[in-house]
Amino acid sequence: MTGADLYIVLLAMIGGAIRVSTPFMFVALGECLTEKSGRINLGHEGNLVLGAMVAYAVSFMTGSPWLGVLAAGGAGLVLGAMHGWICALPRVNDIAVGIAFMSFGTGLAFFFGKSFIQPSAPGLEAIGLGDWTGNSAIAQALQVNPLFLVGIALAVFLSWALANTRWGLILRMTGDSAASARAMGVNIDLVRLLATAVGGLLAGIGGAFLSLYYPGSWNEGLSSGQGLMAVALVIFARWDPIRCVWAALLFGAAGALGPSLQSIGISQGYYFFNAAPYILTLFIMIASARSKSAASDAPGELSIVK
Amino acid sequence: MTMTSTSPLAASGLSAATLRRIEALAIPVGALMASALVFSVFLLALGKSPLEFYGLIWTGGFGSSFSVQNTLQRAAPLILTGLAFAIPARIGLTLIGAEGALVLGGFSAAAVAIPLVTGGVTAVIGLPLMAVAAMLTGAVWIGLVGWLRHYRGVNETIASLLMSYIAIATMNFFVEGPLRDPASANKPSTMPIGELYRVGPIPGTTVNWGLAAGLVLAVVLHILMTRTTFGFAARMTGGNVRAAQAQGLPVGMLVVGCCAIAGACAGLAGFFEVAAVHGQANASLVAGYGFTGILVAFLARQNALAIVPVAILFGALAASGGLIQRRMEMPDATILVLQGIIFVVLLTSETLYGRIAFLQPRRSGDRT
Repeated sequence: MTGADLYIVLLAMIGGAIRVSTPFMFVALGECLTEKSGRINLGHEGNLVLGAMVAYAVSFMTGSPWLGVLAAGGAGLVLGAMHGWICALPRVNDIAVGIAFMSFGTGLAFFFGKSFIQPSAPGLEAIGLGDWTGNSAIAQALQVNPLFLVGIALAVFLSWALANTRWGLILRMTGDSAASARAMGVNIDLVRLLATAVGGLLAGIGGAFLSLYYPGSWNEGLSSGQGLMAVALVIFARWDPIRCVWAALLFGAAGALGPSLQSIGISQGYYFFNAAPYILTLFIMIASARSKSAASDAPGELSIVK
Repeated sequence: MTMTSTSPLAASGLSAATLRRIEALAIPVGALMASALVFSVFLLALGKSPLEFYGLIWTGGFGSSFSVQNTLQRAAPLILTGLAFAIPARIGLTLIGAEGALVLGGFSAAAVAIPLVTGGVTAVIGLPLMAVAAMLTGAVWIGLVGWLRHYRGVNETIASLLMSYIAIATMNFFVEGPLRDPASANKPSTMPIGELYRVGPIPGTTVNWGLAAGLVLAVVLHILMTRTTFGFAARMTGGNVRAAQAQGLPVGMLVVGCCAIAGACAGLAGFFEVAAVHGQANASLVAGYGFTGILVAFLARQNALAIVPVAILFGALAASGGLIQRRMEMPDATILVLQGIIFVVLLTSETLYGRIAFLQPRRSGDRT
């Protein structure tokens, strides 16, 4: 591989990271919020797929992609709220309910999405952050979708709000010790319901990105585990919204490895490079599972780290 | 203190164990009926007739000897993947990676078959070798998840699903590359295993031997989990890991063992998919059996024997899918929606255990 090739691959990976990372970022931020409240929602794969379908359908019918994004958030909110409500019942296991919602969300999306596989809906416009360079390769790599910027702003806001607001304090307390939250007169079921619902909303918006920007159309193979990988990513990011953004970018870059190698003619093992994000996630989970820092940052009530 | 019973069932003198059995049957059946009701509302909202829908499921699943055999054919892999979820569940693990073990198991069987077929080895030796290869691959694959869980503290639910995606990518890599049969132009596949290596139907039926394997394994694993020291130790570990460790049970070995059994079940399902259904390994192996198996196991309350009837029920749903598509002009994802609703309602019903008054045994301290 020559220097020029390496340059192309690197640029393609940066561009890919920016393009691919947005859904990861939204799901991870949503899941981060949910897990901070002491509950885990494994069903975001369902939110992501349903969000993608709803966004595409609404954008196709109304002609406005941003209405689609809104509708996707709404669909995610409903799924999240259902998850939150069911998990508040005694003896119900949040991990199992998450698996159920994975299947429920994708089922609904495939059912209602059948008629939207063919037509093409208006997508989201990108902002050309690299246009001033006059270099087409750089300009293409720096085509940034507004949702990417919204995601970063959201991460900064969440990080601030969790540390500095009353709501953030209540949320963290609920996640760290349900008993003390109850003693303070906090309705923990309500806090968790809201956290899961808002988490679902964000995951739904992440889905809208998939169908309206990149890959940019609706089909049944649109998401293959991004929703679940984002859950693993939250553990890796140690429940910190800002670190979630970095982790999402890393995952995006890993996901872009296969296509960028293909762009310089290395198509050998394309399918293997497609597995790179999953392998990376697995190794990250193995590396972070027993580390002391991960354990101390984890919300105390979280079932997966107990 | 006067001892008066709170319920007619308890008054009839049924033992606590019997009441618990009734409860374990009544709640899932109730959840199933409630889901059917919710789905009826969904159908009505779409302007479709629920009666026609359930009628078609009956016709398509059990209406004729053809449809019964079709149902059983589809139930076979569901029994195996249901077991693949249920066995680790008894030891307290939520493993959702059976799909990957099935795919990789089926692929291994097809890969092992290539030199055997070209070498002209007889099926009597070849087929068992293929089955063993499939089961071993599955056992190692899922066993690895168990190992990571116990020795590295990696969450098994997420890890197993990630491994599933890796398994599918691995198969795609080989099927599109090194092991691709040049003759498979439209759908990249491995070399066909040929008629000689095909597992035929059970005599007198069109159902392949996978069903028999599923039934035998369900009985064997039921006995293993309920009547042996291994099963007892595994269930005790599932109840309380710390207590099991304090008793000196080899918890790590039990965890990896249960996972390996699960992987072997899923791998065997993959073997039958290749040897009896598709005749080669390709993307058709990724059919969602692994995921439906999770629902089957939940509905059967992780009981190996109960998995059989539940798998047959879901086999019938799958078998009637085509009929519903044609007669009611509904997409094939209709069955997915129904399954999703059953899944959600079923897990919600978990909250009812121990809370339905007339199903509770009378406690000695009860008073009126």
